[in-house]
Amino acid sequence: MSLIIPVGEDDHFQGSLDAPAILVEYGDYQCPNCGAAYHVVKALQERFKDDLCFVFRNMPLTQTHRHAQLAAEGAEAAAAQDKFWEMHDGLYENQANLGPGLLERLARALDLNIERFEEDLAAHHFHGRVRRDFMGGVRSGVNGTPTFFINGERYNGYADEEELAVAIEQVLNHPGSRKDSADRPHTRR
Amino acid sequence: MEALKAGAQAPDFKLPSTPDQEVSLAEFSGRPVVLAFYPADWSPVCTDQLALYSELGDEFKKYGAAVLGISVDGAWCHAAFAKDRGYRIPLLADFEPKGEVARRYGVYREDDGVSERALFVIDRDGKVHWSYVSPMGVNPGADGILQALETLPGEKRQERPKKTGAGA
Repeated sequence: MSLIIPVGEDDHFQGSLDAPAILVEYGDYQCPNCGAAYHVVKALQERFKDDLCFVFRNMPLTQTHRHAQLAAEGAEAAAAQDKFWEMHDGLYENQANLGPGLLERLARALDLNIERFEEDLAAHHFHGRVRRDFMGGVRSGVNGTPTFFINGERYNGYADEEELAVAIEQVLNHPGSRKDSADRPHTRR
Repeated sequence: MEALKAGAQAPDFKLPSTPDQEVSLAEFSGRPVVLAFYPADWSPVCTDQLALYSELGDEFKKYGAAVLGISVDGAWCHAAFAKDRGYRIPLLADFEPKGEVARRYGVYREDDGVSERALFVIDRDGKVHWSYVSPMGVNPGADGILQALETLPGEKRQERPKKTGAGA
């Protein structure tokens, strides 16, 4: 399965969109496996440096994780104040305490405009954005969290550092296999 | 044993959905039905799969589709499982005679005593419109189901997420 929504400027990304390897994660802030994957991704970023661009997209499974949607909207609300990654990291590093209280504490610690942040959450201003990520994931064959795509192709292995590193090295050693560039024809069906 | 293919008449059935309620296929006549056979409650792969289908309730509703999970587990087991996970789709107990409905759909694994992980989309006239048997350990996701619902006879919705790139 391939990504049907190509990676672009509208995404939350760390590194360069021109990097030879692009790792996309569909994740849920309350999912314990995503909490573990958070540290795996950090290690991969440390290992591959500028060769790796990391993209995070929202895949909250709200029926099983009651704070997942709120957390996703909270990260988007922080993004609107240029603090997406700070909020993202804070949520995963404090995953055990996830809830409205944590969001507010993080928002204050990040010196966000609290009034605006809370208004964004109360009015669900970013609900649509989160849902768009979610449905893009579903249509790309995301079937649980975390699901990774490497250069546009679904990664089906375990979310552990060594296995992901092997897959990333593979695309680094075979440049030109990018399937996620926006100008490539849509060949999925 | 081969899973029923597109065009086959979907066999009717009546199975417990709770310890004191039963659900039959016939009662959904006129609506598309998604049947998700899965091997067992509590196994990790099913868990993600059913969570995803529960999550997509609104998407399925756009097609008026009913989504039913089916395994050979008993109704009390289903009840505990659904409560624990917060699932909102009915889970049917293909428990007595064991696996009978799975057999009729061609997705019973005699050696294992459980059904395949198989998906059927049944059209408004009760015919199989699409079917898919996933490898046992693989969560088939929902993309195939949504594509099948989009291509149902008389279905006007043909929306796909557009390849708009970045600035959507």
